[in-house]
This record gives sequence, structure tokens and C-alpha cells, in this order.
Amino acid sequence: MSDVSLTVNGKRVSGSTEDRTLLVHFLREHLGLTGTHVGCDTSQCGACVVHVDGRAVKSCTMLAVQASGSTIVTIEGLANGAELHPVQAAFKEHHGLQCGFCTPGMIMAATDMIAHHPEGLDEATVRAELDGNICRCTGYHNIVKAILAASQAMSKGSKGRAKQAA
Amino acid sequence: MGIEGVGARVARKEDKRFITGGGRYVDDMVVPGMKHAVFVRSPHAHAQIKKIDVKKAQAMPGVVGVLTGKELKADGIGNLICGWMIHSKDGTPMKMGAWSPLAVDKVRYVGDAVVIVVADTKGQARDAAEAVEITYKELKAVVDATKAIQPGAPQIHGEAENNLIFDWELGDAKATDAAIKSAAHVTRMKIVNNRLVPNAMEPRAALGHYDKAEDHYTCWTTSQNPHLARLVMSAFYNVAPENKLRVIAPDVGGGFGSKIYIYPEEIVCLWASKKTGVPVKWVADRTESFLSDAHGRDHVSTVEMAFDKDNRITGLKVDTIANLGAYMSLFSSCVPTYLYATLLSGQYDIPAIHANVRTVYTNTAPVDAYRGAGRPEATYVLERMMETAARELGVSPAELRRRNFITSFPHQTPVIMNYDAGDYNTSLDAAMKAADYAGFTKRRADAAKQGKLRGIGMSCYIEACGLAPSAAVGSLGAGVGLWESAEVRVNAVGTIEVLTGSHSHGQGHETTFAQLVTQRFGVPIDSVSIVHGDTDKVQMGMGTYGSRSGAVGMSAIAKALDKVEAKAKKIAAHLLEADEGDIVIENGEVKVAGTDKSLPWLQVALASYTAHNLPAGMEPGLKETAFYDPSNFTFPAGCYICEVEIDPETGLTEIVQFVAADDFGNIINPMIVEGQVHGGIAQGVGQALLEGAYYDGNGQLLTASYMDYTMPRAADLPSFKISTSNTPCPGNPLGIKGCGEAGAIGSPPAVINAITDALGVVDIAMPASPATVWAAIRATKH
Amino acid sequence: MYSVNYHRASSVADAAKQLKNGDAKLLSGGMTLIPAMKTRLAAPSDLVDVSRLKELQGVKVSGKTVTIGAATTHYDVSTDEKLKKACPALAHLASLIGDPAVRYKGTIGGSIANNDPAADYPAALLALGATIVTNKREIAAEKFFKGLFETALKEGEIITAVTFTAPAKAAYQKFRNPASRYAIVGVFVTKGKDGVRAAVTGAGEDGVFRSKEIEAALAKNFDASALDALKVSAKGLMGDLHASADYRANLIAVMAKRAVAAANA
Repeated sequence: MSDVSLTVNGKRVSGSTEDRTLLVHFLREHLGLTGTHVGCDTSQCGACVVHVDGRAVKSCTMLAVQASGSTIVTIEGLANGAELHPVQAAFKEHHGLQCGFCTPGMIMAATDMIAHHPEGLDEATVRAELDGNICRCTGYHNIVKAILAASQAMSKGSKGRAKQAA
Repeated sequence: MGIEGVGARVARKEDKRFITGGGRYVDDMVVPGMKHAVFVRSPHAHAQIKKIDVKKAQAMPGVVGVLTGKELKADGIGNLICGWMIHSKDGTPMKMGAWSPLAVDKVRYVGDAVVIVVADTKGQARDAAEAVEITYKELKAVVDATKAIQPGAPQIHGEAENNLIFDWELGDAKATDAAIKSAAHVTRMKIVNNRLVPNAMEPRAALGHYDKAEDHYTCWTTSQNPHLARLVMSAFYNVAPENKLRVIAPDVGGGFGSKIYIYPEEIVCLWASKKTGVPVKWVADRTESFLSDAHGRDHVSTVEMAFDKDNRITGLKVDTIANLGAYMSLFSSCVPTYLYATLLSGQYDIPAIHANVRTVYTNTAPVDAYRGAGRPEATYVLERMMETAARELGVSPAELRRRNFITSFPHQTPVIMNYDAGDYNTSLDAAMKAADYAGFTKRRADAAKQGKLRGIGMSCYIEACGLAPSAAVGSLGAGVGLWESAEVRVNAVGTIEVLTGSHSHGQGHETTFAQLVTQRFGVPIDSVSIVHGDTDKVQMGMGTYGSRSGAVGMSAIAKALDKVEAKAKKIAAHLLEADEGDIVIENGEVKVAGTDKSLPWLQVALASYTAHNLPAGMEPGLKETAFYDPSNFTFPAGCYICEVEIDPETGLTEIVQFVAADDFGNIINPMIVEGQVHGGIAQGVGQALLEGAYYDGNGQLLTASYMDYTMPRAADLPSFKISTSNTPCPGNPLGIKGCGEAGAIGSPPAVINAITDALGVVDIAMPASPATVWAAIRATKH
Repeated sequence: MYSVNYHRASSVADAAKQLKNGDAKLLSGGMTLIPAMKTRLAAPSDLVDVSRLKELQGVKVSGKTVTIGAATTHYDVSTDEKLKKACPALAHLASLIGDPAVRYKGTIGGSIANNDPAADYPAALLALGATIVTNKREIAAEKFFKGLFETALKEGEIITAVTFTAPAKAAYQKFRNPASRYAIVGVFVTKGKDGVRAAVTGAGEDGVFRSKEIEAALAKNFDASALDALKVSAKGLMGDLHASADYRANLIAVMAKRAVAAANA
């Protein structure tokens, strides 16, 4: 057993857990954050993607104790109160989800993708960067569309803010 | 249509919870005192169980119970059943072998459940599962259906000699043979439809809770049809009588057929909960899903297609061997029969058809319906034959199809189906135009300059949705009726709840069903709630599969809405002192046509519940129930065109464009319909290019994780060009045909036709992986 | 996963000490080890986490000498601006490993210590003539990779860095397994002051290897056309569900040609 201290969605949390507990299970079972899902055993489907210290990683392939001390954002922490994150809004607007199971991981991966491509995204890049997220419902068509739309909206938003600041 | 009514691209109501992490799936459920289960599964494909020793496991930390099939049998839990009776052509009933939820004396596939271990944590349960000692005597296994029916093959069930479950036929053998004999040309092929694993992203799960005080069971399960689960668990598996069993299918992360069936795990979790006195939750690992979810397809067919001198099809003869795996899953028998052979006429006027189907036990996971279920197999047979025939006859694939299209309706095929409506030329034209078919020759030449092989292929599919009517399917052997139910409750303040027997696991019912209500009464969509997936809330219903929720489920809602509307009009006529026939309901108001007299909708609703001033003799309340039993199947159809570019050095196939032109009849929400098509195409392309379940000769599943089973990823697919035409379905009140499976049905032959066109070969196996394509290229060179 | 004890090392020296516990294993990115533990194929008693050690992280380029800390992630390798100038082929290789989430966690040290026969880095290190630096010694890549999942590492030995001299030309071409995204065949070619090297991953029954036939052909003429007549033998190559040995042999030639073309581009 080890003590695990994390900042999750802006809140400091701690708990004691077996060393073998995966981060995803700590989030789901100890913190009740069940938006993060487990869809495979081989670190491929990406349903479990969360942000750990600003990077989108697979929480099924990391021990909770390994993450201790880190800052974590899960799907539950992405929106700003009632205001959806632009990626969440785009997934809804463009029908980028059906059963919803892969969706949290998709959205967390997509927000990271957009953040790491300040130059903007094209369809080929989005498809390549989604390599670690599997969806069985949508054929990816509308996921790609949603991410491209969100990327555009966010770059407009940041340019807009930059203008205001100037 | 209004911005929220029928035909509008309304963003989904259910999305909010899914995009914020608020979805509630079975694994998210927590019940006080809940423990975790792990199943000990057979590592052998075929073996006798000599001894099970659970003593060591029982002594492990955290263990609550370790239970075996013997105890399960002793408690009277029944065997799993197949719910559709098929008779062989000699009149004998299908040979169903026993399938115990926990194997007792024999295991028949790798993954067969043998023991359940319940412990405080899943880790502890797994630790203890490893300590269960089972002594097996291994038997020879057989995984290939064509080998399993050979004399001397390992015998899997005592009931089925030579592993033959049934030998069934449909159509006119004599007429078909005569057509082939007198044909100007006969095209012959052996066609293999590869085995697939459905792979809904949410693994199967079950949480069984026996409440001793109430003597009542609750089962949360990943099901497409909770009512059927309750019915079957009650009537056949003796878990509990229906009134003491509540089945809840909350948010379900995709099904594609694989969550229709009632599996051993939910039965055993319920039983184990009573046995151990604690709620028992089981969640499959992905590998466990690969091993134990019902697989799909796995047909081998020998096909002959006869043409006259004008290239008109005169006969089609199909001989199919279908692998049903180690046990007969719930609907396994109807998939390669009534969902397959009945569609072998496709979009074509074929005077004589004969299909012979033999279903076979093998030492593999049970095979049942997977998106399309029988119809993809039929379409693959037909559309591969049409392509090959066109090449042999030296006519264009489009021309051969056009020449044989059915153009007048209704049309009675020689294989049961009576097509009610369709317009196949329109879909074909639309697809060819969208694909710039005329420009292909130039694109092929351009690709050749880059050293690439470019090919184009088409597929004209038809499917039958909304399995129906109940009396007809009953006469064909179905164990259940295939109607749907709905209840529309108008609350006192005018908000509306619709309780439906359909189940949504990605299809967007909470939105499309609400659109129907909004359309009818002009109330805002936010004031309409769709309730489903809970047998305590919703009356008996049949669930979601076979693209039936629109055509059948929504028709039931429409019928209930008719009743609500009629009663509301009566109340309003009474209150407004007008003639009932003059009342119209629109934009949330109940009006007397041609006057300025009106009442807000909520006032009519309120009046129905205050009951202070109702027409004489009228019961209070505004709540109506309907059961809808369709009069016929619906027949969505369309044309898909796939264009590929192949790197001859590596065999890598890139889909450079994919066009779909579908006729789904009337459409409630185009955005959701398009989403269904996208997903279906991805699964169909997956079957053609990427996915295949392989067992080795000993019955070990070689593709038991995403390391070896290739799931379609974003980079494997293009954006799709899709369009719809809308020939309304005359068979149901909404004119809906259904759209859930089309993509998976129409796309595999289009892809393979394109690849064989690019390579200049007659056939290539699915999945046409780079290695397979490269080998085919090499073979053409030698 | 079986029970395990987790230790977070405070230094390489501390990690070496902790490694003496039971059947302890080093944990770096965990992208291979943790999945193996989840399926119970790996069962270390203890894990010694070195992923946060600053002394093991980062890319240093000094003249032609490149040094990469063992706990540097694939993402950091793939995006390092200095490396992209000095040896873009290696940065490109790192960008092809796994998927983005895996690249954020997986490390070069972890990858080479595991020596998966289908991993990408071993091909690069072999072709670059790299040196693997441990807490005890320096090992030439040639001596380091020893068959499937086997390396020259001794008990308690910890990789701290890899170092190599950037070649004049280099490129990596990978044909990935459609399911796992590992290499079915990956070929890394280099042309440096010591001549031409070509290393192949994903294909060999004994793991990563240098292809003498490719090297010989390219030594005369470092051009894709020099490989036109190349016939790679399927002998000693793996065959599995995804690719026969013949197919792998073909891919070695194709990927080698493409790598040379890319290196010359």
C-alpha cells in the first residue's frame, strides 16, 4: 500500500491504495470519476486517456502511485463550469460520438492534439494523431470533423484574445 | 419540419452526459457491499473436465465464493438456448447441444466459462482464479467448419452427428438447376466470408444483486434488449420469475449485435449473488471479450450464377457452410438462414434461386448476429458474383446490374421476400456521379504513372430491416414476436415521457424519438424525455437490433401518439366547445381550425389530470400505450462505390474514396443517419481490409487482443461521401426503412471488387491485408 | 496484475540500490512493462521508477556527438530541435513509435532495455553505431542487442544514456503491423565516416540485425538504385499471422530502398 497525492481537476486529493492499482482504477473507484473508461488491456484503445502534467496519456498504463505528485485533468474537469470546452462543444455539434464510450478519451486526446499543433491541423494530421484512440461507432468521419472545427474555433479564439490584449 | 422536428439535424440530447464524463455504464455502477467476479475459463478448445478443486482458491485473501457448474446445476439453473427453431430439409429439428452457463463435464472452446470466483477486489478474484485447480483430459479440436463435417472429425456435441446442426434449404432446386443447365453463361465462385469479432468499445459486463429481504433480483447488464434478457433468464434459465427480476441496461457502449444475446456471465452473476449473499460485478477484459463474445460471419459458399444470352440472370445456386462455433447462441440459427438466404435475390430480378445451408459446430466461440447478420454475407455473395460475371461477360459492372434491376414493385422474390418499394437506378446513378465514375480511367492512368495500382468497385445492396411480422417470423421458427411497444405519458404540466422497448446504445434514440413527439405536438424537444432500458420502468419490449428501432420502435411511438392526440383533441373540443374534427395541435397550442380559439398544450394536459371538466365518461389522464407489429420487413437499398490505390511493393491498400448512396425512406434526423452510415462503412471496410479472427489448429484464438486483431483506426479510412434518396416505405406509418446496418452490408464487396479490379485477379481473401495483397500480386507475376 | 512494491528512485545510485530488492525491475515509461504485468506475463516483486530522474532526461548535441538520456520520452526525442538538425532520422523514428499517448510516456532506455524484436530504436542504434551508457560501463550497440528480448545488461545495471556520432546521412523507413503498430519491418540506414550501415528490425528470428547484403550494395553506391537487384533471403526471418517470412524479405528490400532515397533527399 502507498499513499497517493494528486491534483485532479484542480482539487488536491489523496488516498491510500495498493501499489498495483492503475491510475484509471484510482480515478474511477477511489475518486468516483467514472468518465474515464477501460476498453482494452493492451494500451491501444485510448478510452482511458487523461492529461497528466499537461500531456495526454493512457491512465490504464500507469500506476496510481507512479502518478503521485502529478496534476491530472480528466473529462470531468475539462469544461469551465457550465461552459463546455470547445472540443466538447464541437463533438456535440458535429455528432462526433455515438455510444459515448470512447468519447472521453477521444476528447482528451483531441484537446492535447490541438494544444500541440498551434500551427493548426489538417485532416491527415488529425487522422494520424488519432492512432491511439479507437472508436467502433462513428467511422471517425465526424470525430475528425469535430476536431478540425474545434481547432479552428480555438485558434480564432486565441487570436481574438491576443487582439484584445493588444 | 421545424428546427427540432422530423427531418431536422438536431444535436443529440444525450451527448451532454457523454462529453462531460457523465455517462453511466454497467462498470460505473456501485452497489453497497458489491464484490468482484472473475471467471475461470477453459484454456483448451476441447477437453473433458476430470476434476475441479477449489479448496486452495477458497482460502485465498478476500475470497467470498468459488462456484462451479455442478452447484449451478444443483440449483436448477437451465442451459442456454437458441431461440429460433430451424428444421433440416428432411424435417428433423436442429440438433442443439447443451450449453451450461458453467461447463460441467466438457469444455468446447477456449474461453468456455468453468468456475466463477468472487472476491473483495478484482485483483484478489484473479489471484484466486489462478489457484483453482482443474484437471482436463484434452480432446482433438476442430475449428474449420468445412473440416468439422467430414467423417472422423472430433465430435463436439453428442446430439449433432458429424457436428451438423441442420441441413436446410430455401428456394426451388429443380428450377435453379434447370436454369444453370440451359444458361448461356455460368459464373462460378467459392466465396469466403471471414470471421469477425464485433468489438463494441465497452466490454461486456454484468452486476447481479439478489435482495434477500425482498426475494428479488436486479441485473445491470450490457444489453441491447433488457426485456428479452429478463424473459429468457426467467423462462429458460430459471434464475427467477419475471416479477422478481429487474433487468437494467443503462448506457451501453455499443453493441453491433454482440449484446443481443444472453450470455452465461449475467446468469451466473445473478445466481452467484444469491449464493454468496453479496452483489457480484463482472467486467470483461478485452481479451475475455475476444474469447467469449459471440463472433460474426464465418461462411464458406459455393455459388453458381446463370445468365441468358442477354446477360439476364436466370438462376442462382448457393451452397453455404456456416460455422456456428461451440454452442448455439440465441439467434445463431436464423442468421445464416432467414436473414441470409432470403436476401439472395438482392436488387435483381432472378427467376430461380436455391440456397442450401449447413450449420456446423466447431471448437470456437459461438457465432451469432454481427451488424447486418446474414445480409452482409448474402450481399457479399451476390455482389462478388455480379462483379466477376461482368468481367467474364465483358460488360461494365454497372450495365450488368442495371440490366437485372427490379424496377416494378411490389416484387415477390423466389426466396420469401416481397419488396414493397425501391428505386435502384437512382442510387446507382447518384453513387456513380458522386464518385466521378467516368473520370476513373484517367485517375487509374495517373496512378500508374506514380507506380500505384488503382481500382474501382461497386456494390448494390438490399437489406431487410425491422424483422416482421410476428406471425410470419413465428411460422418460420422464431421463439419471440418482433413487435415493439411504446408508452407516451403526458404529464400534468405538458411535459412528455416516452417509454420505449427499443434500447439506445449509440443510435441517438433520446433525440430522434423526441423529435417525433416535438413534430406531433410542437412542444420543445427539451420537454420530451425518452425512457428505456429498465424492465421496471418500461413495459415489455423487444430491444434494438436489425435496424428495427426506427421502423418498428418509432412506429409504436407514433401509434401511441395517435391515441394521445385523439384524446387531447377530445378534451380540447370539449373545453373549447368545438367539433373534435376541427381541432389541430401545432406549435404547442391546441386550436380550433379557422378560428382564434386555442388552448396552450399544457392546459389540455392539466385538464386531463384535474379531471374537473372532461367529456362525459372519459377516464382522467393523458397516457397511452401501443404495441406495433409491422406488416412487412422494410427494404433499404443503395449503391456503394469504393476506389483504392495499392502500393504494389508493399501490398498496402489505401481507400482513396468511398461513396455511399442509400435509400432509407423517410429520415427523422439526417445527422444521426449519416453517423450510422459512417460507422457501418468503417466496419465493412474493416472486414474487407483489416479484421479477421483466426484460430490455430488447436483452437487457440490467435487474434485475442488489439495487438493482433486489426481494428479500423482513423488513418485507415477516408472521409466518406454519402447521400440519401428517400423512397418512403409504404409498410409503416412513418415511411422509415432503417439505416443501422447498411454500411456494414454494402461496403465489403465494394472494397474487394475495387481491389480485385486494381490487381486484375478474380478473388482475394478478406481481410485483404498488405501481406495478402502482396502475395496476390506476386502470384500474378509468376 | 500481481501485487508489487513501488519505489521512486531519487538518483541512479539509489535506483541501483533499490534494484537489489527481490525480483525488482526498473520502471521507466512503463509502456511495455505495465501491459505485461496487467496480463500477468511479467511479475516483478518490486518496481524502481526512474522516469522522473532529471539526470536521465534530455537530448544533448555537441558538435556531431549526440547524447540522449535514457528516460527521455519518444515525444521529446521526436520534437527536439537540436536533434532534428543533427540526426533528423532518429527524431523521425521516434515519431513513428506507438501512438501519441505512448510517445509521451515511453522512453528510449526502456525500449532498448526491452529489445523487442519489432521495436524501432534497436535498428537505429545498431545502424548509428551507438554506444549504450550504463551506470557501470559503455556498451557498443553491436554487443548490446542479443536476440529476442535479450541484451548485454547485467543484473543491477541501469542504462543512463545512449550516445552516437551523427552520420552524414540517415533515414528510417517502417512498415508497421496494421494491428499493433510495431514494425513488421523497419530499416535504418546510415552513411557516415565509417561507411554505410543498414539495420533491420521487426523481421529477424533473432531480433534486430545488420544486413550485410544491403550494406555491401550501398557501400559501392549509396543510392536506392543500388538495391534494385537486391534479393533478400527469407531465411532466418520471422513468419506470423501478419506477415510471412517471404513478405518480410520483400519489405526489407523495399524499406531499405525507400530509406536510402529518404536519406539522400
